[in-house]
Amino acid sequence: MKKALRSQTAPTVRVAGEKGREVSLFLAGRLALENLSFLRSQVQARFNEMVPARLTVDLSGVEYLDSAGALALLQLKNQAQSQGIPCQFVKPPDTARGIMELVERQALGTPPLITVRDSGNPVEQLGEGALKFCRDLMEVTTFLGALLRGLLDACLHPRTVRWQDVAFYMKRAGTDGLPIVGLISFLLGLIIAFMSSLQLKQFGANIYVASLLAIGMVKELGPIMTAILVAGRSGSAFAAEIGTMKVNEEVDALVTMGFDPIRFLALPKVLAAMIVVPLLTLYADLFGIMGGLVVGVMGLDLTAYTYLKETQASLSLMDIVPSLIKAGVFAVLIAGIGCQRGFQVRGGAEAVGTATTSAVVAAIFLIIVADSAFALIFHYLGI
Amino acid sequence: MGANLPNSAQAPVIVVDRLTARFGQDTIFEKVSFEVQRGEILVVLGGSGCGKSTLLKHMVGLYPPTAGRVLINGVDVMTENEEELRRLKMGIGVLFQSGALFGSMTLAENVGLPIQEYTDLSQETIDLIVRMKLSLVNLAGYENHLPEEISGGMKKRAGLARALALDPTVLFFDEPSAGLDPISSAELDILIKSLNADLGTTMVIVTHELESIFSVAHRVIMLDRSARGIIAQGDPRQLKDHSPDLRVANFFNRLPSTGPKPEGS
Repeated sequence: MKKALRSQTAPTVRVAGEKGREVSLFLAGRLALENLSFLRSQVQARFNEMVPARLTVDLSGVEYLDSAGALALLQLKNQAQSQGIPCQFVKPPDTARGIMELVERQALGTPPLITVRDSGNPVEQLGEGALKFCRDLMEVTTFLGALLRGLLDACLHPRTVRWQDVAFYMKRAGTDGLPIVGLISFLLGLIIAFMSSLQLKQFGANIYVASLLAIGMVKELGPIMTAILVAGRSGSAFAAEIGTMKVNEEVDALVTMGFDPIRFLALPKVLAAMIVVPLLTLYADLFGIMGGLVVGVMGLDLTAYTYLKETQASLSLMDIVPSLIKAGVFAVLIAGIGCQRGFQVRGGAEAVGTATTSAVVAAIFLIIVADSAFALIFHYLGI
Repeated sequence: MGANLPNSAQAPVIVVDRLTARFGQDTIFEKVSFEVQRGEILVVLGGSGCGKSTLLKHMVGLYPPTAGRVLINGVDVMTENEEELRRLKMGIGVLFQSGALFGSMTLAENVGLPIQEYTDLSQETIDLIVRMKLSLVNLAGYENHLPEEISGGMKKRAGLARALALDPTVLFFDEPSAGLDPISSAELDILIKSLNADLGTTMVIVTHELESIFSVAHRVIMLDRSARGIIAQGDPRQLKDHSPDLRVANFFNRLPSTGPKPEGS
């Protein structure tokens, strides 16, 4: 492509006058973008060679001048004037005069309103990052506070809750997620049972595969895997939905109508998640155990009855209830962070994308942190 | 042509008192003060980036002011008294630039939402009111359309129907004619004037469409970015012909702020 731009009618630069005195440059041909480098080097060479005391540029032979050519002329004039050499253009053809007026001399020298976007030295960046983290923490805490207040209000005045929306989001986050949660949990159960059976077989402890899987699934993997899947499916969707509403001024419209956006937009999503995540967790536990059952029956010569009996014997209500409490807390974190990131959106489409990613990452981080906290709490409570 | 100036003997409906808006280091405007009388159509105008929309968002309580305050019917728009705020918000309607309709709701649900939330009327009554509001903006029959199924101009009119749902005494418009064809824009102007004449609604309109300004405004205030505030206010025709301020005269006469450049520069 670059080759195609090379000269059609190369410009010619002729010079008249005495060195160090009054000098005339006669420019002719096409003074255009494709010849710009050639033109400038030619003009510069003549300029340096003649060292004029006064410069007249004759444009009468110019066949064509575009804005790049006009810019080159202007730069020549600027250079001459900066060295105190008077410079003038004479006999510009009519077609060239218009384009020369278009190039604004003043604008070329105006500095940009925002000079280089400086991201600062590493220490400044670290400081900025720390401040951003603190601000973020404060915003999340404030939001969760407002959300909990909203939840309390919802308990005291259940009629003010938009139950229709709650049902809609229960379907979106719960029912629509059944296939993927079921499939992942089933495969997870299958893998864990298979891997553990390889070890336990060596000791003739096949039967303990059932207990290992049941306890692992119900106490840890079920709630965690379900929460991560819901964060990926629904937390991100909540952030994107509210973020887009923010961009479209819909959230502003709600505020000017006097509605609390948290009660209106966030609360139904959080309530829906609080209802469906524990249910999905139970469902995931069931499918995980079924995955283990397949391995038990097909690979370990256990009967389905023995496997299920062993599973039942190793689980108690005190294993299931805390795991559901955990799932409920995870739900508040996932939906809460999803909504908060959505409300944080400022600007356009890119900000919505960032909010969506951030909602998933922050939710998974908080799920793991909360899970560690639960592990400690349950340990000291002896559960 | 605009209607006669309303009677200004009563207390003003909106008082903007030494309002300052600053974002970080960037001061948008400083110590802006003005009043809007009952039944008046005030147009806020100025070039792009002068802070018109920011001023509007302060006036409806979307942005907390850096300094100063905005009172509507004597109540601060940032009041923390929930009951006061509720009454204040019920009394105002805002038409956003894009219409800001809720994408997941039909037009009827959009318009019906404020009525549903603020009253205990039966669904049939709400439906009737919604139909009335939609026909007011020439959208009768579009009750069950989703926002994505109608044009930009229709979205704006539907947004207006929603803003009118609770018969507000004050209406705010953010660039009502932006992106509309000349006919839709003229229709909207007629609608604005008839709402003002028939219902006595006080209106604050942010725009830079000259035709709209001359057609609807009782009074204009002009903001300027470099002055960080109001540089002129009054009757638009007076300002067009008699303003001593070059920026104002240029704006109304559609003249660029820089004249033609000298030859060969």
